[in-house]
Amino acid sequence: MDVGAAYRVPATELNVLVAALDDAGYAVWGPTIRNEAVVVDRLDDAANLPHGRRTVQAGGRYRLDATGDARVFACVHGADSWKRLLHPPKVRLWRCTRDADGALDFAGDEPAEPRPMAFFGVRGCDLAAIRRLDDVFDRAAAPDPVYEARRNGLFVVAVECAEPGGTCFCASMGTGPQVERGFDWRLTELDDADGHRFLVGAGSALGAELLAPLALAPATAADETARRRQGEGAVMGRALDTAGLGEALVARRESGYFEQVAERCLGCTNCTMVCPTCFCTTVEDTSDLAGTTAEQHRLWDSCFTLGFSYVNGGTVREGGPARYRQWLLHKLATWWDQFDACGCVGCGRCITWCPVGIDITAEAAALRAEPVP
Amino acid sequence: MTPLADLVRAHPFFAGLPAGMVDLVAGCGANVAYPAGGYVFREGRPADRFFLVRHGRVSLEAFLPGRGPRVFQTLGPGEVVGASWLVEPHLWSWDARALDAVRAVAFDAVCLRGKCDADPTLGYALMKRFVPILVARLQEARLQALDLYGRAS
Amino acid sequence: MTAPPLPLTVREVVGETAEASTIVLDDERGGLAEPVPGQFNMLYPFAVGEAAISLSAFDAGRLTHTVRAVGPVSEALRRLEPGAQVGVRGPFGRGWPMRRARGRDVVLVAGGIGLAPLRPAIHAVLAEREAFGRVLILYGARSPADRLFIAELESWDARDDVDLAVTVDYADGGWRGRVGFVTALLPHIRFDPDHTIAMMCGPEAMMRAVASKLTARGVPASDVHLSMERNMKCAVGTCGHCQFGPLFVCKDGPVFTYAEIEQLLAVREI
Repeated sequence: MDVGAAYRVPATELNVLVAALDDAGYAVWGPTIRNEAVVVDRLDDAANLPHGRRTVQAGGRYRLDATGDARVFACVHGADSWKRLLHPPKVRLWRCTRDADGALDFAGDEPAEPRPMAFFGVRGCDLAAIRRLDDVFDRAAAPDPVYEARRNGLFVVAVECAEPGGTCFCASMGTGPQVERGFDWRLTELDDADGHRFLVGAGSALGAELLAPLALAPATAADETARRRQGEGAVMGRALDTAGLGEALVARRESGYFEQVAERCLGCTNCTMVCPTCFCTTVEDTSDLAGTTAEQHRLWDSCFTLGFSYVNGGTVREGGPARYRQWLLHKLATWWDQFDACGCVGCGRCITWCPVGIDITAEAAALRAEPVP
Repeated sequence: MTPLADLVRAHPFFAGLPAGMVDLVAGCGANVAYPAGGYVFREGRPADRFFLVRHGRVSLEAFLPGRGPRVFQTLGPGEVVGASWLVEPHLWSWDARALDAVRAVAFDAVCLRGKCDADPTLGYALMKRFVPILVARLQEARLQALDLYGRAS
Repeated sequence: MTAPPLPLTVREVVGETAEASTIVLDDERGGLAEPVPGQFNMLYPFAVGEAAISLSAFDAGRLTHTVRAVGPVSEALRRLEPGAQVGVRGPFGRGWPMRRARGRDVVLVAGGIGLAPLRPAIHAVLAEREAFGRVLILYGARSPADRLFIAELESWDARDDVDLAVTVDYADGGWRGRVGFVTALLPHIRFDPDHTIAMMCGPEAMMRAVASKLTARGVPASDVHLSMERNMKCAVGTCGHCQFGPLFVCKDGPVFTYAEIEQLLAVREI
């Protein structure tokens, strides 16, 4: 549906929205500050949102500064993302018991929290990332039970970025900073001559239903204009030229340039852990000492590890260049073949949290400039 | 045309060779037969012939002290046995043994080398038949040496 | 991840070679979907782990897998006793093009343990022998003692309507059969390249060599089929491990046409 008419929420009243979700039975999650970084945590009160801070981000750098004002969403994301809640870093897939006769009995996956989740403050990039995960876990045709148990019934409160971070490039990826679909509510924070306030609009029938009883004042034409101008004025820290990018990178997949990147890459897997779309997992099988109960867990894995591509007798991607290539080309090229979308949503986390500041936008551009081998 | 020329013409190795050349080649050939287990040639001896196998199979093998004969290639009907006659010092590198009763056409190397030297067109036609086979066998030997099916170390 | 594994009972375990064994599982209740030739199951020996193992045969209620001991899971599978249970998920993946092969010559080329995934295709062809043209089976093994399914090889060899050629890489003096790499068998077989389906399974270097020789003989790359191997964890395309360029070997394959993967096969460490 189209985004419904926007309403005004005074800055001091933001918790009305959080409370409405709690009343509707949701376990509300939102950004908060822990150890001087933004993380996603249970949100009991809007007061726990990161007020008055902004993120200073660059390759391998992350710091929170004071804004000197009361804005809540000036502070963009940290390393953490909503992926952790929908696609847990470690989850039990099943438990198996063996009786005295050797018969096996398998019992299904770990139950998710009984209450549906509401995500409060999802940025455009992360909203797109959830759509990417929906594709991977095949919500349409054969949903993954672990993902589906968490994703089903999810209430999404999107927020539009007014102040993108220094490593952000969502505008290049077409995922933000303004958002037009894929949410139940959309929040826009405004802080101008008309004061510090929020606009909220419904993007779903459910969203409209939950807004209705709150008796909010309608937004004004001036509010809408301010929202649009704010989006247009958002300055991205990075840009990535996506035109023909997948083909250009595939054509250079045997380029010697990957050797140069690999000289800097530590293979630490940070980029894949912080990426909101990286979905790869491994399984871990455990058993008790008595040998009667065993479990299988699913854990996040990374294509930067040597074991990732192990086949009988050895590792397929032995070299650092091949592992970086796998990651880069999967994000920017082969994801299109697999899911008809780009695997990168432009959030910039991989740049910020790379210990040596390898920058996907710079590497893609440099590789594109290389001759086709 | 002699019966031997018919055999030469019918063998895949010489498929498409012009009739005049077939006669030249056949002039150096003779029918030979080996009983099962018999040696076709022995390592280190003069490589004075090559063979077109018509029936039966020939094994190429190396004798390893303490391990006995190790077969690394078998060749059968339609295939050619022996390339050492082409290159100095014209000595066999391996043993060749008939795995079962073998019938073949053997070509006298001195005779054929003489004809090739006298008529490079014939020599070139022969090389065009030998080289692809030798290259294919080299490729196969390399794949074999890679021990692809073996247990990963 | 789909549903948890289904426990199935081991009916028998047959040693094939020093390294390979065939494990027959009972699924008389039909808890798993009927497989097609070329598919694989995820087998879970209790408390050890899961591995992707091709079906080497199946018929009503019996799922047969042939496994070479290369790691803890395959070692544990070989040690199973009749009556034991293993967890099974499957069947997974795209199998051999059995329907496309009808009416055509069928060239089946196996290397090493690669005969196992091809065997259900051979069974399917022989079950309806009249529906296919020439049937040529080429099999390369490391040594005579490393041949799988020896009794069955003999039964295929005895048939007038099957051309079987077996070759080994290494042999001592006792072996009366062929010695040489499996590609050496190709020049001697006859088929109609315009009406042929080739299916092969073996080490990648072997398949690259065989596929390029078959296409050189005029078989279109889209009629040459290869079964690929990559690390598989989930078997349904969500764990990411088996990616081969844009392809997920577990769900897009494991059987691919040479036309689909020829370029990828040429890229190292892809």
